[in-house]
Amino acid sequence: MSAMIDILEAEKTFTMHLQGGVRLAVVRGVTFEVKAGECVVLSGPSGAGKSSILKMIFGNYRCDGGRISIRHRGNLIDLAKAEPREVLRVRRETIGYVSQFLRAVPRVATIDVVAEPLIVTGTSRAEARGQAGDLLGFLNIPERLWTLPPATFSGGEQQRVNIASGFISDHPILLLDEPTASLDAANREVVVRLIDKKKRAGVAIVAIVHDDEIRRRIADRVVDVTTFAAAA
Amino acid sequence: MADRLHLANADQPLLVAENLSKNYGALVACRDISFTLYPGEVLAIVGESGSGKTTLLQMLSAQLAPKSGRVFYRMRDGVLRDLNALGEAERRFLFRTDWGYVHQDPAQGLRMAVSAGANVGERLMAVGWNHYGRIRGTASSWLERVEIDTARIDDTPRTYSGGMRQRLQIARNLVTEPRLVFMDEPTGGLDVSVQARLLDLMRNLVSELGLAAIVVTHDLAVARLLSHRVMVMKGGQVIETGLTDQVLDDPHEPYTQLLVSSILPP
Repeated sequence: MSAMIDILEAEKTFTMHLQGGVRLAVVRGVTFEVKAGECVVLSGPSGAGKSSILKMIFGNYRCDGGRISIRHRGNLIDLAKAEPREVLRVRRETIGYVSQFLRAVPRVATIDVVAEPLIVTGTSRAEARGQAGDLLGFLNIPERLWTLPPATFSGGEQQRVNIASGFISDHPILLLDEPTASLDAANREVVVRLIDKKKRAGVAIVAIVHDDEIRRRIADRVVDVTTFAAAA
Repeated sequence: MADRLHLANADQPLLVAENLSKNYGALVACRDISFTLYPGEVLAIVGESGSGKTTLLQMLSAQLAPKSGRVFYRMRDGVLRDLNALGEAERRFLFRTDWGYVHQDPAQGLRMAVSAGANVGERLMAVGWNHYGRIRGTASSWLERVEIDTARIDDTPRTYSGGMRQRLQIARNLVTEPRLVFMDEPTGGLDVSVQARLLDLMRNLVSELGLAAIVVTHDLAVARLLSHRVMVMKGGQVIETGLTDQVLDDPHEPYTQLLVSSILPP
């Protein structure tokens, strides 16, 4: 099976102009691929560049070199060089991203936050809300909270809302940045089951997880990010 | 429906700016600005006061002639036309129908002495609607859409709060189903709580109608919520441009880094 994500020699350096132009090399020579139905877990200590790599795959951080090929509608698109419009299209249909923190529009109800990714790709509001409700229920978010904006929720609840909005679409690629970090054991179990289901549906997953047990259960392969250390 | 229509033409630019420059005497307001806007795309122009944002917006919307450079716009017949070369009838069509312009101060975009219903209905009459009942019905449904109590349809905007006036201005602009809306600091004069509501409303309308928009703002949070792409201006020049979250999360230029790092966390 062909790769869904194919990264070759990607690198990232931050230049901090406000700190006298200090150059902070994050990663260099990032090279790995992820096939459909496979879950690759990035490992390494904090600051090794795991989140930066996920953000580069999502097109959120720009690459300073190398290639990040994403299979989108059967064609390979290099996100390191793609136009903003292409990146947005790839995100709408192909790549889902569950960040560590929920960033939601103020005033928008939880159920609409979760339903939105379906609505923008053409699902009717009623159908999208139905699916959003199913997923929120599965993630143990009580129904009385669905009409409230998630801003006042606990950390674990916000994270589950974030997971719901990332998992609701049928994106063939999913990027997960510590999806279980602030969850209790029961909810971690729910997330593991959701990840399993995605893998069986052929979704290519790149994840960052610190919990050894979760990693053992979801990872098909571990990529050690310290091998991409850019510091000379 | 509207969305599908726009998507069909989404690969052809809606507006093209080519090397736009403008100065006021020795002062350079805009220098050599070029970009392309596609249907359904929301572009934010950010930068501090005096960076040339508003001058640029006025040139793009044919309210100010550039010193050099050109703006092209794809008319509904699919032909890309130089704004400078448009006849009076075509220009009027753009202003009355195909474009919207949301001012920071709603008093500039509304007629303060006539009723809210008339403010919205006026744009319809300008494009040939003449059935009073239909005009009133459409105006009323637009008031609802922008969350204004329809019982207030006969009141003048003078009696409205700042947030209501701004929502009325948006209804007045969108009633003719424009394809492109220019917005100049649309949340500028409003309380923060009112801003959030307005932003959410604008975000939904823009995506439901498949509108393209060019939004001038000094507020990076507005840019993040509303726009797909951002152009950062300083001293009349575009110094950085790209996908909005890319530019805000991974700013490259010293000035953009300063802007992003100057936001006070709530």
